[in-house]
Amino acid sequence: MSTAAPSLSPSRSPARTVPLGARRRIRRGSPVTPYLFIGPFLILFAVFVLAPILVLAWSSTRQWILGFDSGGFVGGENYATLLSGQGVLSEEFWRGMRVTAVFTALSVPLLVTVPFALALLLNLRFRGRTLFRAVYFAPYVLGVAVVGVLWHFLLDARVGPVNHLLGAIGLPDTTAWTTSLPAGWVSLVGVTVWWTVGFNAVIYLAALQDVPGELHEAARIDGAGAWRRLWAVTIPHMRRVLQFVVVITIIASANMYGQSALITQEQPGGATRTAIGYIAQTGMRSYDIGMASAMSMILAVCLIAASLLVNQVFRLVGKV
Amino acid sequence: MTAVLPPRRRPRRRRIGLWILLIGLTCVFALPLLYMLATAFKTPAESVSPDFRLWPQEPTLGAFRQILGDDSVPVLRWVGNSLLVALAHCALTVVLAVLAAYALARMEFRGRRLMMGIILATMFVPAVVMLIPHFLIVNSLGWLNSYAALIIPGAAGAFGVFFLRQFFAAIPRELEEAAIVDGCTPWSTFARVMLPLARPAVATLVVLSFLASWNDYLWPVFVLFSSDMQTLPSGLRLLQAENSTRYDVMMAGAVIASAPVLALYVIAQRWIIEGVSTSGIKG
Repeated sequence: MSTAAPSLSPSRSPARTVPLGARRRIRRGSPVTPYLFIGPFLILFAVFVLAPILVLAWSSTRQWILGFDSGGFVGGENYATLLSGQGVLSEEFWRGMRVTAVFTALSVPLLVTVPFALALLLNLRFRGRTLFRAVYFAPYVLGVAVVGVLWHFLLDARVGPVNHLLGAIGLPDTTAWTTSLPAGWVSLVGVTVWWTVGFNAVIYLAALQDVPGELHEAARIDGAGAWRRLWAVTIPHMRRVLQFVVVITIIASANMYGQSALITQEQPGGATRTAIGYIAQTGMRSYDIGMASAMSMILAVCLIAASLLVNQVFRLVGKV
Repeated sequence: MTAVLPPRRRPRRRRIGLWILLIGLTCVFALPLLYMLATAFKTPAESVSPDFRLWPQEPTLGAFRQILGDDSVPVLRWVGNSLLVALAHCALTVVLAVLAAYALARMEFRGRRLMMGIILATMFVPAVVMLIPHFLIVNSLGWLNSYAALIIPGAAGAFGVFFLRQFFAAIPRELEEAAIVDGCTPWSTFARVMLPLARPAVATLVVLSFLASWNDYLWPVFVLFSSDMQTLPSGLRLLQAENSTRYDVMMAGAVIASAPVLALYVIAQRWIIEGVSTSGIKG
C-alpha cells in the first residue's frame, strides 16, 4: 500500500491542472475543518482507548475493591502478590494463565496450518469455488455464544450426537467431551478450529492469489513438483501474511473466553477457566479492581512479548 | 499465464478425490448447523434420542413456544436489544471512522502524523488492557446495565480508521481537485465525491462492525445485570441455565440468535469475505 501524500500539500506537483487561484483557495480553506472531521473520533478515542491504558497502569497499583472507599496506593504490591504464587488469587490466576497458554499452544499451530491447507484447496480451479468458500467460512459469522451452546449439546457425553455417531461406527462412545480432561482440550481446540478456520483461510486465499503465476510456471518448466513449488515459490511469497496470521491468532487464542464458559463451562472444577475469564471474574464480579488490573497488565505484557518474539523469529527465518 | 500455456487437465482420479474432499468438508461445516436447526423443531424426547436425524420425526414448534412463553427469558426483547445495540454501535463506529479516516488520508493539518502514529500504535495494545478500565469508566458514567455500555466504548477502535484510510488514500487526487475547482466546499467534496468512491470499503466496515457487536459475548455478560437488558448472546447463557436439559429449547434459542446473521451473511457474503481478506493483506 502506498501512503499517498495529502492532496492539499502545495509543494508537490506545482504544475497541475488546477488553476493557481483555486489552489490558493484550497490552501486558505478553513484550518479548523480537519479538526471537525477528526474531532468526534478523537474524543471517544481519548476516553475509551487512550485513557484506559493510563487507568490500568494506575489502578493496578491500588488496593481497591469497587464500592468500598478505598483506592489506597500500594505500589507494586498487587504484582508482588500475584508473582509470589502464594494465596488463592495468585494460584487461581496462574492456573488460568496455564489454561490460556495450553489452549494457545494447542490451537495456534492448527489454526495456522489447517486454514493454509484449506486455502490451497480453494485456490485450485473448480466449479462452485465461491460457494464452497462461503460454506467453509459460514461458522465464523456466528457468535461464540451460538457456537458454544451448539457444541455443548453436540458434545454432550450421554445425549450428544457426536458420541452417538462415534458409537455407530464402533468407536468408544462414552467420552466426557465437556466435563473431563484431556477430552475437554480436544473439544475446546476442535470447536475453535471449526469456528475460525474460514477466517484465516480467507486471509491466506487473498495472499495466494497475489503470488505471480509466472513463477509457478517457471518452476514447473524447471521440473519442480507441486510440493517443491509450495516450499520454493508459494511460502516465501506468503511470509508477511503468515507472520500476520500467527500474531493475530495468538492474540485471539489468548483472549479465549466464550468457549470455556459455554462448552466446558470451566469444568472439570475450573480446570478450563482461562486467564481472561478469571480476570473478568475478579474485576467485574468480585469487584477487586486492583488485582484484576495487575493481572491484566501481566497478561498484556506476556502477549506483547509473544508478538515481538514471533516477529523476531520471522525476521531471523527471513534472513536465512 | 493461462493464455500462454495450454491448460493442464487434472487426471480423472484426482478430480474425484478433490470432489470427495470438498463434499466431506461441506458436511463438516454445514451438518452441525443443520443439526441445530433440526433439533429446534424436535420434541424434547427426540432431541436427545440417539438417532441422527436431520429431519424431525414429528416436527413441532414446542421449543419455540416454550421460549416465548417463559417470562424469565424474554427472547423477543433480546432480539430487539441486540438489533438496537448492533445498529447503533455500527452507525457510530462507521460515522466516526469515515470522518477521521478522510481527514487523516486527505487533509493537511498540524498533528496529523502524530495522531496517525498514536492511533496505529494502539492497534498493538492487547484487548485485555481495555477490559477493567472500560468497566470502571462505564461504572462512573452510570452506564452499567444500559445500552450505552454496549454501544459506545468499542466504537472508537483504531481498526476502522486504519481500514478506511487506505481506501481514501488510494483515490486519485485529481478527482478531489476537480471537485474543488467546480466550487465544492471541503464538506461537499467529501460527501459527494470521496465518500461514494469509498462505498465498498464503507459497506465492508458496516457489515464487520455490525457482526462484531451482534456476536459480542464477554462484555455484555459482565455489564448487563437484569434479564430484560440482555442481548441474544448473553441471554443464551440464561436460557442454558434455565433449560440445562432441554436441548430442543437451547437449539431454538441458538437458531433465533443466528438466523439474522446467517441471513445477513447470505446477502452480504461478498463484502464480509472480501473485508476479511483485505484486512489481512494490508495488515
